Amino acid sequence: MAKWAMVIDLDKCTGCGACNVACKMENNVPIVDAEEAQAGRALFWMDMVTTFEGDFPNTHVKRLPKPCFHCDDPPCTVVCPVGATYRNPEGIVAQIYHRCIGCRYCMAACPFTAKYFNWYEPKWIGESNDVGNPDVSRRMVGVVEKCSFCSHRLQKVKETADIEDRPIGDEEYVPACMESCPADAIAFGDLEDKNSKVARLSRSYRVFRYGEDLGVEPKVYYLARRTGT
Amino acid sequence: MKTKPQPSVDRDETLFRPIYETGKGFYVAFGILLIIFLWALYMYIAQVWFGLGLTGMNQPVTWGFYIVNFVFFIGISHAGTLISAILRLSKAEWRRPITRMAEVITAIVLAIGGLHPILDLGRPDRMMNLLTAGRLQSPLLWDVTSITAYFTASTVYLYLPMIPDIAKIRDRGGKLQWLYSFMAWGWTGTEHQQRVLNRAINILMVMVIPIAISVHTVISYIFSMTLQPGWHSTIFGPYFVVGAIFSGIAALMIVMIAFRRAYHLEDYLKEIHFRYLSTLLLIMSLIWSYFTFSEYLTGVFGAEPHEMHIIMYKFAGPFALLFWGMVFCNFLVPVITLSFKKLRTIKGIFVASVAVVVGMWLERLIIVVPSLANPRMDLPVGIYVPTILEWALFAGGISAFVMGFMLFSKFFPLVSIWEIEEGRTHGRKAVEERIDSYLPGTSGASS
Repeated sequence: MAKWAMVIDLDKCTGCGACNVACKMENNVPIVDAEEAQAGRALFWMDMVTTFEGDFPNTHVKRLPKPCFHCDDPPCTVVCPVGATYRNPEGIVAQIYHRCIGCRYCMAACPFTAKYFNWYEPKWIGESNDVGNPDVSRRMVGVVEKCSFCSHRLQKVKETADIEDRPIGDEEYVPACMESCPADAIAFGDLEDKNSKVARLSRSYRVFRYGEDLGVEPKVYYLARRTGT
Repeated sequence: MKTKPQPSVDRDETLFRPIYETGKGFYVAFGILLIIFLWALYMYIAQVWFGLGLTGMNQPVTWGFYIVNFVFFIGISHAGTLISAILRLSKAEWRRPITRMAEVITAIVLAIGGLHPILDLGRPDRMMNLLTAGRLQSPLLWDVTSITAYFTASTVYLYLPMIPDIAKIRDRGGKLQWLYSFMAWGWTGTEHQQRVLNRAINILMVMVIPIAISVHTVISYIFSMTLQPGWHSTIFGPYFVVGAIFSGIAALMIVMIAFRRAYHLEDYLKEIHFRYLSTLLLIMSLIWSYFTFSEYLTGVFGAEPHEMHIIMYKFAGPFALLFWGMVFCNFLVPVITLSFKKLRTIKGIFVASVAVVVGMWLERLIIVVPSLANPRMDLPVGIYVPTILEWALFAGGISAFVMGFMLFSKFFPLVSIWEIEEGRTHGRKAVEERIDSYLPGTSGASS
């Protein structure tokens, strides 16, 4: 069974935010008003964490693309009272929007704040209403949603591979964030396939993961910067 | 006891009076509470209509007042059944006028507290998914299970000792005959009936204690089963149970003092009862402080950076005022007022009880919010400001409790009449026999 994983090379990442935009478009992520966003209700399946280090003028800006880490031992799925979030056999932590009761226990249990809630009836403002992705169901008010590793793309790839009677090739199934990255900082693939790019990169000496000390086994790997900082 | 005992019905007339006579004050107070409750109901309907966006909750503070009040109200509910069961079990004679009120508090507050997670749901319409798709591995399901068990046990435990009193009201005639004769279950007070009733109460009171303890333990598990610093603690189970009993006793005394005054029960709820209960409150305050000290000392001593971050958020950050306010309300006020005989008057006890209830609510807030507000990975610190909606539902919950208690007092006596009688007729002899059996040189009859 495949084990889908992502590697993000922070040395290559320019922090441009293309992945955030691509993700929003791909997954029909609702857009909230500026006021609501300010109040902490914006939804980002692929977030960009910006931290500042040092005092002016020696400030250093760090940008970190942060999708759901799709933990192999997810702390969010074990607490769900209705099984609306679960880890599927291929390691993708998925959501069932129509079963979610909106208790937000998974959000409280997630160590990485990767889950988002629809505080109001979601809106798709202006053009975003007309150009939605038909492969991804829209969510409703009061449910939790998050990055799915673009698993709808996996369905398509699986079907094609099935018809052509061949295994899924390396980098055949890729999420929107990786596809859109102009710096080629994101790699995606099957961790079980030892020859895949992801498996190779995940053995790099630069690799680190957030929350490794928690034993949740995140499947998003980061490659540290080569420069001093 | 110099005069010849009169018929008991006349003797305990004070206890029956609220059922038949209703003053103007009652209607005014009830009306005000009803308005608050309807306001809260209106606000809740708005929340269901527009979504949880109307609250102050956000990312990362995904839980707010509703969960705080859930833990708080369920904590108060430990007043009752648990304390009354423990007092009954230990054959404390002074329990007789207290048990009924304690049990009523439990039943009403538990119903209110148990509804709070539903207020918190984004999709209350899908609540039944808990039954059709429930996962018993989730601590939330443990909660549903143990709270329903506790509610069932405590309402039965409230109802059974009420049967003889209901029969008394039935026999007096007057309003709602059909209701009282239905609820009295054909009670005539025969020896057989009494034996069966006592046996049922005995079984229930033993059963209710572990259930009550399980309820707040399981509520603490909601937090301690996650990996969040400040929550992931092994002592959370007993810590929550202690806090629950602590706030429960305080709430019980507030209610006792209020209704003692309103219904002139001074002859039944004497100063001695308050003094005994306040000793319990003092002990619980010290135990609670011990748990709090242990909880924070281990955190500070280990000084794990993220844990430390949250502790400093409470000690010296935005929650400092609330944290030290909690220490003041839960430790300083009760310990000082209840340790000195001069301050240990009904007034002093009332002040201490109010302080404890406020302090315990702060404690729940301090547990729930700071851990969520300080996420990992250098994410920005969250801010939680409750909106008018959340305050409305909080006020609505409290007013629902007071209204429930007031309504109960208009249909049933707040003090168990037959148990008071039993104290007069059998209690004295039983205690004498019991003391005899403790002493050396007697046959030691067990009773």
